[in-house]
This record gives sequence, C-alpha cells and structure tokens, in this order.
Amino acid sequence: MTSSHGRGLHLAAAVDQRSAYDADSYVELARLAESGGLDFVTLDDTFARPGPDALAVLSRVAPATGRIGLVPTVTVTHTEPFQVQAAVATLDWVSRGRAGWRLDVSTTEGEARLFGRRHAAPADALWAEVGEVAEVAAQLWDSWEDDAEIRDTATGRFVDRDRLHHVDFQGSEFSVKGPSIVPRPPQGHPVRVVDATEGQARRTAARYADVALVRAASSAQAGSVRAELRASAEKFGRDPDTLRVLASLVVDLGDGEHAAEPGHGGGGPRQTAHGPLYRGGPVDLAELIAGWHGDRTVDGFHLTPVEPRRDLERLVNGTVALLQHRGLFRTFYPGSTLREHLGLARPANRYAVTGGAS
Amino acid sequence: MTVRRPSRKQIHLAAHFPGVNSTTVWADPRSKSQIAFSSFEHLARTAERGRFDFFFLAEGLRLREHKGRIHDLDVVGRPESLTVLNALAAVTERIGLAATVNATFNEPYELARRLATLDHLSAGRAAWNVVTSSDAFTGENFRRGGYLDRADRYSRAAEFVDVARELWDSWTPDGLSRPFAHRGQHFDIAGEFTVPRSPQGHPVVIQAGDSGEGREFAARTADVIFTRHGTLEDGRAFYADVKGRLAKYGRSEDDLKIMPGVGVVLGDTAAEAEERAAEIRRQQVSPQNAVLALEQIWGTDLSSYDPDGPFPDFDPVPDSSLTQGRTRRGDTVAMAEKWRALSREKGLSIRQTVIETSGRQSFIGTPEAVAAELETFVRQDAADGFILVPHLTPGGLDEFVDRVVPLLQERGAFRTEYRGTTLRSHLGLPDPAGKG
Ligand SMILES: Cc1cc2nc3c(=O)[nH]c(=O)nc-3n(C[C@H](O)[C@H](O)[C@H](O)COP(=O)(O)O)c2cc1C
Repeated sequence: MTSSHGRGLHLAAAVDQRSAYDADSYVELARLAESGGLDFVTLDDTFARPGPDALAVLSRVAPATGRIGLVPTVTVTHTEPFQVQAAVATLDWVSRGRAGWRLDVSTTEGEARLFGRRHAAPADALWAEVGEVAEVAAQLWDSWEDDAEIRDTATGRFVDRDRLHHVDFQGSEFSVKGPSIVPRPPQGHPVRVVDATEGQARRTAARYADVALVRAASSAQAGSVRAELRASAEKFGRDPDTLRVLASLVVDLGDGEHAAEPGHGGGGPRQTAHGPLYRGGPVDLAELIAGWHGDRTVDGFHLTPVEPRRDLERLVNGTVALLQHRGLFRTFYPGSTLREHLGLARPANRYAVTGGAS
Repeated sequence: MTVRRPSRKQIHLAAHFPGVNSTTVWADPRSKSQIAFSSFEHLARTAERGRFDFFFLAEGLRLREHKGRIHDLDVVGRPESLTVLNALAAVTERIGLAATVNATFNEPYELARRLATLDHLSAGRAAWNVVTSSDAFTGENFRRGGYLDRADRYSRAAEFVDVARELWDSWTPDGLSRPFAHRGQHFDIAGEFTVPRSPQGHPVVIQAGDSGEGREFAARTADVIFTRHGTLEDGRAFYADVKGRLAKYGRSEDDLKIMPGVGVVLGDTAAEAEERAAEIRRQQVSPQNAVLALEQIWGTDLSSYDPDGPFPDFDPVPDSSLTQGRTRRGDTVAMAEKWRALSREKGLSIRQTVIETSGRQSFIGTPEAVAAELETFVRQDAADGFILVPHLTPGGLDEFVDRVVPLLQERGAFRTEYRGTTLRSHLGLPDPAGKG
C-alpha cells in the first residue's frame, strides 16, 4: 500500500455565511480562496435552515472565478437522483471542469414535512441510499460516452446512439432508466465529497468518495480514520490512492498571531459540538497543517472559518502564504480541473468499448 | 412614481436557446457546441445587447426514442436549466432568465427554493416556464415513476404554482419568516421556507401548453404564455380566446403576455430571404428527418420509403409507442390525408411535402419588412411579443439584433434601454402584493 509520502498538500475552505443571499459576497470569498491557490471551496446546504440553494450559488460563482474547485452540498434524501446528477454535471460544464458535490442526508422529520413524501429515516439507512445515489450518478455521467456527439452529416446523425446507454438502475428507494439528458461532463465524474465521520457514512465514503472529510482533533486520530478508510476502500475494490482524506477543522483566526489557549498545544484543535475547533493565529495553523501532513495522517485540510471574510483572508495571506513559502503548498494551479488539483485521474467510462472490435 | 406610458403597444422579445428539435441546423459550419457555456453566454449576451425581455431554456427529462432506439438525427443533450441560468446571471446584467421546469417530476418546496435563489442571485430576473408534459416514459427516470394523465397534470401544476407562491409569500418584505402549512389534493407539506422574499416578489411564471386545460391554467396563473400560434390569423384567435378568459380570474389583459415561438430569416432582398429560408428548411428536414416525420404520423416503420418519392398508399396505423418523449396528438389519418392531397395536387415528394407543411411560423424578408410585420402582429393583437427561435447556435440572433432591433426601436415599437432592473419591469407586470 502506498502512503501519502511525497504527495501534495490539499487545502479547501468553506464559504458558508449566515443568511447571505447576494451573489457578490460569495464571489468575493471564492476569489479570495482562489488567490491562495486552494483546491476547492465548499458551500453547505440543507432544507432546514435559512440559506440559498448552494449549487445555484456556486454556479453563479463559476464564471466569476477561473481555477478553484466548487463543491456545493446537495442533499439526496428528498431530491431526485436524476435531477441532482444533471445539475452537478451542469456545474461541471459551466465551470469547465471544476465541479464537486458534497453528498449529504436529511434526517429530520421537519425536513420530511417540507416534502410530504416520506417520513424521516435512521441515518444509516439514508447513508446506504446515498451510496445508491452516488452509484447511479456515476452511471448516468457515463451514460454518454465522451465522443457520443458525432455530427455525421453523411448519415444525418447528430449522435452515435451506440455510445449512449440506458443505465437501468434499480435501487431500494428509486429506479432510473437513463441515459442522462446532459452529455458526459468535462471531468468525466465531478468530484464526490463525503463527510466520513461515522457509521454507514464512513463506509459510503470509502466506497464512493473522491474526497473524505474526517473530524479529528489530533493527528493520530485523523491517521487512524484515514487508515480505516483506505483499508475499507481497498476491500471495495478501489485503489486507496484514489481517495483523498482531508481533516475538517472549524477555524477562528481572530486571536492574533498565537494560540490564545496554550493548553491546547500551540493552538491544537479541541472537540466541540460543531466539530474540532482550532483557535489561534495563522502561523500556528500553518504549523499544525505542516505537522499533520508531515505525519502523513492526512492528505490535507478542509477549513471552515467562523468569520468568513476575516478568517479566510488570514488563512490565505497568513497560513497559506507561509505554507507556500516553505514549499509545502502550490503557488499556482498547474492544472485547470478540480481533479487535476487533487491529483485524481479522469475516470474511464464504464460503457466505453476498450480497443479492437465493438 | 409616474411611469411614462409608451404611445404605442410595445413589443416584447425573448430568445430561445435552440436545440433538441429539427429547428437547429447543426450541420452548418457556423454551428458550435450545444453544451459549452460559451454558447449560452454568447446567445444570452446577444439578446441582452438587443434589450430583450428574457432568455429562455426549454427542458426535456428523457431522451426521445423512435422505434425503440434513441433518436439520433437532431441535437440531443443539454445542460440543466436552472444551473446554466445561475451561471448566466454572472455574465449578464438585465436580461430575464427563464427556465422550463416540469411540475410533475419536481416538488414545490425544492423548486420554489431554487427559483427564489435564482431570483436573488440575478437580482430579480428569474422566470419559470411551467410545463406538465409527462408520460410513463419520462417517469422512468424519477422516484415517482410514470404517472398522471393530462387533467391530473394540470391540477397538480396549478396546486404546485399556488404552493410555490405561498412559499414566496411566507416571508414578509421586511424580512420576517412565517411558518406555512399547505394541505391540498396533491401536496401536504408544512414548515418554514429558507429563502427571504426575492427581488421580484415572485419569479415570473410562464406557461406553455395549448389544450383547454392549458389555456385555463395560463389565464388563472401565468404572467406569460409561450405558444405555437404564430400566424396572424391563428394568433388573433388564440389571443382573443386566452385574453377573454382573464376577467373571470379578476385579471386584466395586461397581466398576461402572449408570446409565440417564431423563426426569422433575413435577406438583403425579399428574394434572397426566401432563398435562405428555403435552404434552411431543406437542412432542417433532411431526407432522414422526412422519413422520421412520416413514421411519426403513420405509426409504423417506413424506412424502405424514398424521401424523394411518393407517400405510402395505406392509412396510418394507430401505434402511439413508435415515438416516445414527444407530444404529437391529433387525428393522424386526417393528417396523412392532408399530406397526400397536397403531394398529389402540387406534385411534391415526401420530403417536399414535409418541408411545405411542418415549419413553424417564420418572418422572412428584409430587416425593414420583418420589423414592420412584427409590429403589425402586435398591433393587431395576434401577440404581445415573440420568442425567437434561431436555427443556429450560438450566432443565430446576431443578425436580428444588429439589423432588426434598431428598426423596431426607430419605429418606437421596442425599448432602446431597459427601464427597470427586474424581468417584471421589462414585461410591464406589477409586483405581486405580498399577503401581509
Ligand atoms: C410552445 C410550447 C413549448 C413547450 N416546451 C416544452 C418544454 O420545453 N418541455 C416540456 O417538457 N414541455 C414543453 N411543452 C409541452 C407543454 O408543457 C404541455 O405538456 C404540452 O403542450 C401538452 O399540454 P397541452 O395538452 O395543454 O398542450 C411545450 C408546449 C408548447 C406549446
């Protein structure tokens, strides 16, 4: 099994803001993150609390940015898998290959009442369904081969229908015929991000995610979850090196250059109800990031600033600048797609006939 | 605030992004990607440069099939509408952004939220074209599966729009969210809407559908109708019919704009325009497309027929499953008889007959003649405006915007500048009163 040794460091940031509905503030945050060369930004979403549709916001951000990956949360419990995969594929088209998708569930009866279609269900059952949605999405992204559009004037055919495929997916809660209405997106498969914190969610992440987020308060803890995820991915028949494991930290950089809580080992995170919280200065955060990454317990970090404008600015101009200075983080984007930033290959199409006779 | 009333009835214009039908001449060397964002950007910006009211995207949720195989002759595949429009909001400033979204295979809470979000992100330019087209065929892609006959589709659509408006009204203009509860025939939902009142109050609602049920639904609910009744005679009848239905819902004639989808072909002379139009029709109705049209009417495999030859001498067989994913109703025997009669009378082949009978309404001529004719249609109450359906992506509107729009402006028939910032203001629609 290959380790993370020699691999790049991956950094992502959340651009969540409380009750912001205008486009400009999101564009500003995403551009800031892009100026730091971050792999991607995330925007969280649920049907239960105030906030705009996250995929819509990042679609609006796409033409206003050039390189940074765009990863909205799209819940899959009350939504239509066919529509969700089409929307995510479209985000990939409008961003020219920068789309990701953070899959999540809706567990409360309150959310169920907004739809009136089904009752709330236990998280493990819903996470199993997430796996089915991830699977059907990938099949639908493949349902058009890359070169299906032929524009053959001699025969009058716009597409080669032998390169379009019904997926005939039969899940436990839904079925989909296919093919997709959207041609295969630029990345082949937009990047799938899953919070692998517990239970079935972790298994679903090991099987389907390109990026798994773990909420660990120490390097050792992150390392053990990462090892478990990689082993589990291998059991599902995956090459574990196709899975990036990022530690999720909530960061509060409002306390100056150094940790306000020395008891936490130079600003080490502590567990809170919202996940591990790092509080301290940008320099110490760089230290922490370099340390965990040096331990090879994580492939990178997903950071959620408590004060988006302030903390993202400090993150980019402080922490990231320092990591760049030390040669630990890129200073420019060598590629243009999110998969390229993450060092992940463009997936082959499962339906494509490989070589020789068809 | 006093609004200066234009002295003449103003034309409304919208741009349809072409695709997924035989209108699009994809074989033309000027035809570019149907999916790349740059194509959408070009067409939307062109329309905005022409001061159009809105940019319009159609929708289909299952690829069409013919004789059990995916239809391969026309443009296939398109991005998801709302996502594209959110991206277009970043590269345009004033033009309305209209998405066709099915009311059968979506849920009110989610869709109302996506539409309100687009309205926020575009600062008040969102519109929703409510379509209901659904069949078991389309349903196979959704949790619900295939269901709903036409009457139920419209009753669901009507309740859907009502619920969406309840949700949009659930926040007061000063930012207070109130819980909602709705229990009806199709929906039983409750909770709190997560998006504050949007810049237009309600996104603009468009309807496309032609049956009695469809017209009634539009009269009760819609701000705009997208119709195929594009000729002067047809348009006047449709216009009178639909506007006549408004009073019983307490609405005035100005509250609903009627906009047929039309094509435009220009030339420096009338003859040149006619020639170009004929050439476009030949490209739209390829030999293969002519046979396809024949099969769709006859309901049977006619691949052995020569498109340049005569019609079959037997009557259509009723088989509705030959073509799926496309609405084609009406009396096929009568249709076949009409085609055969025309072919006999004028000595036309199959393909020539299809070319002759199946085009949508087009305005063909010099820019001056087209401008005059468009204005005439509007002044004679055959339409309030037009949804232009170009035959080329993405440059199909360039010539219209460069050559016809200035003439309409000179005639005082079309705005020279946007007066407001929202789509409602372009359409001259009142802001919906929030139920306080
Ligand atoms: C001009 C026009 C455009 C339409 N565009 C769409 C479309 O983009 N997607 C769709 O699913 N249905 C579309 N429809 C179908 C209608 O929504 C409706 O389902 C269909 O016309 C049948 O309803 P009716 O019996 O009332 O005409 C369109 C209809 C018309 C008249």
